Amino acid sequence: MNNALIIGQYVPGNSLVHKLDPRTKITLIFFFVFIVFLANNVLSYSILTLFALVSMVISRVPIRFIMKGLTPIWFLIVFTFILHIIVTKEGSVWLEIYSFQIYSGGVFQGIAISLRFFLLILVTSLLTLTTTPIEITDAIEDMLHPLKKVKFPVHELALMMSISLRFIPTLMQETDKISKAQASRGVDFRTGSIKDRAKAVVPLLIPLFVSAFKRAEELAMAMEARGYNGGEGRTKLRELKINARDIAVYLLFIAVIAGLLLTRGY
Amino acid sequence: MDITFNNVSYIYQENSPFAHKAIEDLTFHIPSGSFVAVIGHTGSGKSTLIQHLNGLAMPTRGEVTIGDFHLKAKEKPKNMRELRSKVGVVFQYPEHQLFEETVAKDIAFGPENFGVEKAVIEERISEIIPAVGLSKEILERSPFDLSGGQMRRVAIAGVMAVQPEVLVLDEPTAGLDPRGQKEMLEMFYELHKKQGLTTVLVTHSMEDALKYADQVIILNQGKKYMEGNPVHVFTQKDALHKVQLDVPESVAFLSKFEARFKKSLPFRGQTVDEMAEDILRVVQGGGIDE
Amino acid sequence: MREKLIEFRNVSFRYREEHPWVLKNCSFEIYEDESIAIIGHNGSGKSTIAKLINGLLFPQEGEILIAGKPVTEETIWDIRKDVGMVFQNPDNQFVGTTVQDDVAFGMENRGIPREDMISRIEDSLTAVGMQEYHLTEPHRLSGGQKQRVAIAGVLAVSPKVLILDEATAMLDPKGRTEIMKTVTQVQAKNNLSLITITHDLHEVVQSNRVIVMNQGEIWDEATPREIFAKKRALREIGLDVPFVAILADELQEQGLVLSKEPLNHEELLEELWTLHSTT
Repeated sequence: MNNALIIGQYVPGNSLVHKLDPRTKITLIFFFVFIVFLANNVLSYSILTLFALVSMVISRVPIRFIMKGLTPIWFLIVFTFILHIIVTKEGSVWLEIYSFQIYSGGVFQGIAISLRFFLLILVTSLLTLTTTPIEITDAIEDMLHPLKKVKFPVHELALMMSISLRFIPTLMQETDKISKAQASRGVDFRTGSIKDRAKAVVPLLIPLFVSAFKRAEELAMAMEARGYNGGEGRTKLRELKINARDIAVYLLFIAVIAGLLLTRGY
Repeated sequence: MDITFNNVSYIYQENSPFAHKAIEDLTFHIPSGSFVAVIGHTGSGKSTLIQHLNGLAMPTRGEVTIGDFHLKAKEKPKNMRELRSKVGVVFQYPEHQLFEETVAKDIAFGPENFGVEKAVIEERISEIIPAVGLSKEILERSPFDLSGGQMRRVAIAGVMAVQPEVLVLDEPTAGLDPRGQKEMLEMFYELHKKQGLTTVLVTHSMEDALKYADQVIILNQGKKYMEGNPVHVFTQKDALHKVQLDVPESVAFLSKFEARFKKSLPFRGQTVDEMAEDILRVVQGGGIDE
Repeated sequence: MREKLIEFRNVSFRYREEHPWVLKNCSFEIYEDESIAIIGHNGSGKSTIAKLINGLLFPQEGEILIAGKPVTEETIWDIRKDVGMVFQNPDNQFVGTTVQDDVAFGMENRGIPREDMISRIEDSLTAVGMQEYHLTEPHRLSGGQKQRVAIAGVLAVSPKVLILDEATAMLDPKGRTEIMKTVTQVQAKNNLSLITITHDLHEVVQSNRVIVMNQGEIWDEATPREIFAKKRALREIGLDVPFVAILADELQEQGLVLSKEPLNHEELLEELWTLHSTT
């Protein structure tokens, strides 16, 4: 039962996208979010879509995982599309149903906005699908490093995140154990009114908190015993490295931006 | 209550890439009123077996019968609540399930869920408190202010207050020191006899199984590996070693003694002083037979 | 003469002023390369000793010296370099998201360069037989495996003393054997003092000296053999005596004269055989 547990959405793999430095991936996505809004004609949108789709194919993440990540968003994409069709009254009338007219501008804008949405979600979920949570943590720690100068607790934040990641499976097992113990004492988690079910959570949550605090206390002691004394003077085993492939991908991305600027209509 | 497992298999997450057989084709019978020890390594299927006893897990195949209750694949019994009130389970580290403000409230939690009347619960609490080795003074205290051993006893009182007919114990002595372990098992044995319970004890201790159990079931990789009365099971040293289980120390010593002295001195459940007598007889017998 | 590694001088400790003393006026010494067992019932103060040694707690009275240095707020970071600890709960001391990250944790704290870390991780994981598990996540390991990783994490910073604070208490028999074996191997290979804190008398057999704690006080300090001979008294303070000691006691009661207290089956058998051959 433990083997089924995958934290986050990470799909193990060995593709170019997997192997990229997480900072590269985060940086590219950051800029992608901006340049998506630069596209304004069929050609520029095509370049962006091509970039996203090619990344997806290279990552070799099975399409069903990507689709699963998109499920909660489909509604939003379709809703945006419909909203634009209804609200935008530009261009020529394409279709008239009774007194309701659909304008060409509405359709174009609807497609454009939905596509932007789609691409953004696709690219960001590609990050979480190909990067382990701990890599993302490392990347964030590294990228936020300059904030240390203004006393922002970058190291502490990263350590907190990595310890949380470490303890998620442990706490999930614990939840399972406690809920079974309480079910044996007659608690019914599955049926009854919402009020009953909310009440049933108390005997689960309190022991869970008690145990989490106890764990935290013991962990803190173990960390201290192992010489943990804050981030000062620490070295790191996990190392982030910009490789030739990262540079190549950066260059490619700059080419995409250039292409975008060239094809974009003014 | 009689407990019967009939060709029971349980598969975690069937039809998924993570499918994993926790127990396989398990068949055994536990007569009402007996004390049974279930032994096996971590991952041998012991905890899955336990979960079948009160419907926390339903067999993927086969049938489990507990008294008049039947658990079958894909058939949810309507009287699950009743089953759970008849089968009390003391999980490993049961003190982790405490949550109420006071000891009294925590003990009452189970019986309340099963619809026992307030006055009856009060009565039961006053009976159960001395039986689990606690004093009445702690009833109004917070369970979280107690020592680990006391907390465990409170949790056990909470299970006993439901007045189960079957008592399932999952390594109830884990984490206690030797005296605590001994006292705890003596307490369960007392309860077992006094209340005519059917007791299922999951343990790693061959010594405890030998001392208390009428019947031993050895699990290995989800399957029943051996079954029988403790003396019969524990004298099969080679079979146990094959699955990396040890025999009780007394049995191990006697078998080494037999090998060294080339005399037959089998283990037949004798006490330490009887064993010493036997050994003395051989030692003082003089000469070597073979 | 051997160097004194740890010295307790009239140490008393309690958590709060109104609380009872957990340790009362304890004095003892541990020398380099010694293997010491500290046994006692739950609440006898045995784990408190471990926490005092590396400054996780400080005594109200008395003084503790580690390699001649008193344990104070100023010296604890140096002392923790010399004193490695493995605690009871395998889950609550595993910091890293993978085995190698966890082994690295102590080294990272001490600013050890990355290149050194990699070779030390390899060495220490090999020493505990976990070299195949570099990238395994903790929830895929058994309790015994997690404790072996914890030992590797301690070995990686090459301390002078390894303290096992009831490190086997939460493990199944298989895990317990695993750890005992690992510790014996590790101790043979490294120049390491060992302090085993336990309530299991089986785990004291291999030590040079046993300190028995009872209700916060040192009840006895002797060799395992001498301790085993006091089985009745041991039982009275809540400890369990191994089968071989009980049987030896029973044999002696029935008139057999043993030349020494047997520590294991083989010793008792040998003795019986000698008696048998001479009759």
